[in-house]
Amino acid sequence: MTALAVPARPVQDASLRPVPWRRMAWVTWRQHRFALTGVATLLGVLAVCLWIVGLQLHHAYAAALACHRSGSIACEGLIGNFNGMNKVLSNGSVLQAVPALIGAFVGAPVLARELETGTFRFAWTQGFGRWRWTLAKLVALAVVVVAAAGALSVLISWYYQPYFAAGNETLSLSEVSPFAAGLFDLRGVALAAWTLAAFAIGALAGTLIRRVVPAIIVTLAVYAGLALAAGIFLRKHYLTPLVTSKLNLPETAWITSQWGTKGGKFAFAGRAPINLLEQFCPPSAVGPGKPSEATFARCLGHHGYTLWTSYQPASRFWPFQWIEGGWLLALSLLLIATTVLLVHRRGT
Amino acid sequence: MNVVEASGLGKRYGGTWALRECSLAIPAGHVVALVGPNGAGKSTLLNLAVGLAAPSAGAVTVLDGRPPGSPDALDGIAFVAQDTPLYKNLSAADMLHLTRNLNRRFDQASAEARLGELGIPLKQKAGKMSGGQQAQLALTLALARRPRLLVLDEPMAMLDPLARHDFMAAVLTAAAEDGVSVLLSSHVLAELERVADYLVLMSRGRVQVAGEVDDLLASHRILTGPAAEASKCADRPVVYVRRAEVQAHLLVRATADDPIPPGWEAHPVGLEELALAYLREPGAAALPGPARGRDAEPSEVTK
Repeated sequence: MTALAVPARPVQDASLRPVPWRRMAWVTWRQHRFALTGVATLLGVLAVCLWIVGLQLHHAYAAALACHRSGSIACEGLIGNFNGMNKVLSNGSVLQAVPALIGAFVGAPVLARELETGTFRFAWTQGFGRWRWTLAKLVALAVVVVAAAGALSVLISWYYQPYFAAGNETLSLSEVSPFAAGLFDLRGVALAAWTLAAFAIGALAGTLIRRVVPAIIVTLAVYAGLALAAGIFLRKHYLTPLVTSKLNLPETAWITSQWGTKGGKFAFAGRAPINLLEQFCPPSAVGPGKPSEATFARCLGHHGYTLWTSYQPASRFWPFQWIEGGWLLALSLLLIATTVLLVHRRGT
Repeated sequence: MNVVEASGLGKRYGGTWALRECSLAIPAGHVVALVGPNGAGKSTLLNLAVGLAAPSAGAVTVLDGRPPGSPDALDGIAFVAQDTPLYKNLSAADMLHLTRNLNRRFDQASAEARLGELGIPLKQKAGKMSGGQQAQLALTLALARRPRLLVLDEPMAMLDPLARHDFMAAVLTAAAEDGVSVLLSSHVLAELERVADYLVLMSRGRVQVAGEVDDLLASHRILTGPAAEASKCADRPVVYVRRAEVQAHLLVRATADDPIPPGWEAHPVGLEELALAYLREPGAAALPGPARGRDAEPSEVTK
């Protein structure tokens, strides 16, 4: 047999320093390199696609801007070309899947796989200590996926830049609200924050469910629910909306609600009802052609009605980004802390 | 020094007590066999001792009063869990590297030498190894941590006889050469009879017998005599009665110096016989200090 004898056993004492944190870096990489390679591949492919299409998009934009004799057929063609490219990537909804996939395939298995295969009984009885092991792994992986998502969102911001340029509207070029559903959470700090949240949801789901596949499914479902709820219900309330009776709001403003008043009293919610328009603004009153909303509004104005609009101006993009990033960061920290605490306390 | 000390220790899963009222003090320097039928609470006790589970009642300490799962306890105890869980997609070399990173001490050279002797290639993935090789790899990782206490949960359940022999040889070498205390569980006493010098016998979530094997053997005798006179021996604690046609065999707590009733013969008892007798009689107990059940009325088991 192997001689395992050593001259002297190291002195055991209560003040021995713990195993250094940095030792977990290799462990984490070795155990999660396939997931991390997968993330790198996914984001790499997306980045190359964005880069190639983005270059064409920027060229198309430059060409449309530079076109003289606006209104000529040639210029219309260039403008149409640029506007049509908006449809690539379905206005960004394809990219919505990125945080969800990272959360599900990197976050969920971190603990679920250990618990499912029983290897936690190996990992948690090593000298490193189980809550330190959990914290080190989660933090290391979170930093990596957040950095990767952050890098991707820089590229996405560059890609969509032409659509957010001021003055597009006057040149009849597509201009998109920075709050547009499916785009807001791809730019700024939101993509990285959502990725962190998805990762944290995955880690906690894996700890609670203890099986990889169900944990992945639950992570996807919870993430989708949260992202939808945030987009539909939450985001427009981040700051108190501005209210105006002006009729020519820029297209980039995010209109949250509209209503009408007459003599200081509430008259109708949303758009003017048909019967009101038929009564006061028949075609004879507003003139020939298809009347616009502004035309109707002006017409109703002559009869004592005021149209009010509450909206979030495009200038609030960054405050909104920080608010969304802030609460997602807080949520993620809470979920990760809960996960570490559960592991620390868990009786198997 | 006691490697494991429990008082009133209990663990409940849902409404079921997997372990209850367990009081125990296992001294250092032994190879301890933790034996009992499946479901007796062996794994539960071991999980509590290595800090993987938290007690529902009572308390347990390890390595001289340290709480299980504390940094010092983790540092001094190497645990090989049931079915030797390893990362299946990692190679032997990776498992060594990983374990080295997760511990203060790791004897890389001896671990590599051991794997070399066992013929386990360093590049072999753990998932591609035989059950015996996986168990040996897990043991190698545990020993390379230079623990003071080695805890093995059903280590030989998946091994063939040759692999069992090699595995036990490695454990005993570590115990003999490095003075590692060993605590290993099995539901088959025969596996451990030749190697263990301390026995903890469990059944139905309780510790029934705990003591050094030599002491246990010295304090029990088998008495053989006429079946009709079996009650004559009732003045000493009887663990178990086996009655054949005319003869009765009694396992009693008695030393070789104790007087024998006339017409009866006394024999020393084997460890397996002793363990089986206690397991058949869950009310009986042989524990250090006062223990309940010692004077329990033995039921008769006829064959």
